Amino acid sequence: MSPNGRTIAGRDIIRDGLWGNNPVFRQVLGICSTLAVTNVVLNTLVMCVSLTCVMSLSCLTVSLLRNWTPRNIRMMVQVLIIAFYVIIVDLILKAYWPDMSSNLGPYVGLIITNCIIMGRCEAFAGLNKPVASLIDGFFNGLGYSFLLLTISVFRELMGMGTILGIEMPYFSGIWDKWIIMVMPPGAFFALACLIWVCRSFKAKEGA
Amino acid sequence: MPISEQMWLMLVTCFSAVFTSNILLTYFLGMCPFTSVSREVKTSVGLGLAVIFVMTATTMINWVAYHYVLEYFGLEYFRFILFIIIIAAFVQFVEMVIDRYSPRLYQGLGIFLPLITVNCAILGASLFMVIRDYSFIVTVGYGFGSSVGWTLAILAMAGIRQRLTESRIPAGLQGPGITLIIAGLMALAFIGFTGVL
Repeated sequence: MSPNGRTIAGRDIIRDGLWGNNPVFRQVLGICSTLAVTNVVLNTLVMCVSLTCVMSLSCLTVSLLRNWTPRNIRMMVQVLIIAFYVIIVDLILKAYWPDMSSNLGPYVGLIITNCIIMGRCEAFAGLNKPVASLIDGFFNGLGYSFLLLTISVFRELMGMGTILGIEMPYFSGIWDKWIIMVMPPGAFFALACLIWVCRSFKAKEGA
Repeated sequence: MPISEQMWLMLVTCFSAVFTSNILLTYFLGMCPFTSVSREVKTSVGLGLAVIFVMTATTMINWVAYHYVLEYFGLEYFRFILFIIIIAAFVQFVEMVIDRYSPRLYQGLGIFLPLITVNCAILGASLFMVIRDYSFIVTVGYGFGSSVGWTLAILAMAGIRQRLTESRIPAGLQGPGITLIIAGLMALAFIGFTGVL
């Protein structure tokens, strides 16, 4: 990755965000605030959409302001930019979907301390042009979301026999439900297995 | 509520925050330092002590700030920014005080303090305290209990990981993978405390 941002092609940024440098299984960052809501697919979906929006917009803003931000207080500026977008998301959820807002509890607010967003702002958006940063933020968010959605699909299917609340043929009938999957330990096991699978594929690619 | 009842509630909240609803193993807060720092017992102790101190103090300060400043002005939605600023300022302040009066402690604790600002468990504890509507006394117990629970989990993990260095682990599971599986097993063990309260 070059620091001046001119030689980075959009396609490389996309591939890096989605797979090559995927925030979850390559760097194991930022799982704190989102792992807790992966027991139901719908919650995860809302959380991932919020996170991706916050991430792309904060990367864009950090990048736009990068030439006016003094180096020594840049962390504080980044945190405030992220917090600004998180508040907007939180207010929108509270106004239009109060049930979901209370389901997610404090986890929407905890997007602020999600290490991935800070990491991307610091490592990429602070050094690159706005459009490239927006793409980078968006696709890192997408790469993150797709892994968490995979986890939540497995957890809800095995734990409750449904996906998005809709009963699945085999799983809601004959399947003996694994209650442990919707409880906290299930999240740890599911994430560990997913990291294992992804890293094994990665090793085969020879990267 | 009378003060004696509140004290009892504080003890119960503190106990449940350590064992039955451990902030790390049931709410997944503070996972990042948990997976990256828990390699050695010694560093885990340092980080754990710093977390206990900062979390107990910031939940108390944030309680006062939320109930006497934000509610007074009707600016509750502003709490994310206020809490994170208070936490960052407090950590900075503690760093300066320790540096001035106890250079030895600063050597040991110094590197961990900046890390704490972005530890989700600290902000998470403050947000939980607002959502669950704790009184001030209960908040003290909750902040202290949560941080002790977090420290307990990271210490146990560090102890286990030191043993792991000699075992053979499948290539894809090395590092974070096996840490998560151990964390899952620990979470299972902690579920056993549920019946106590």
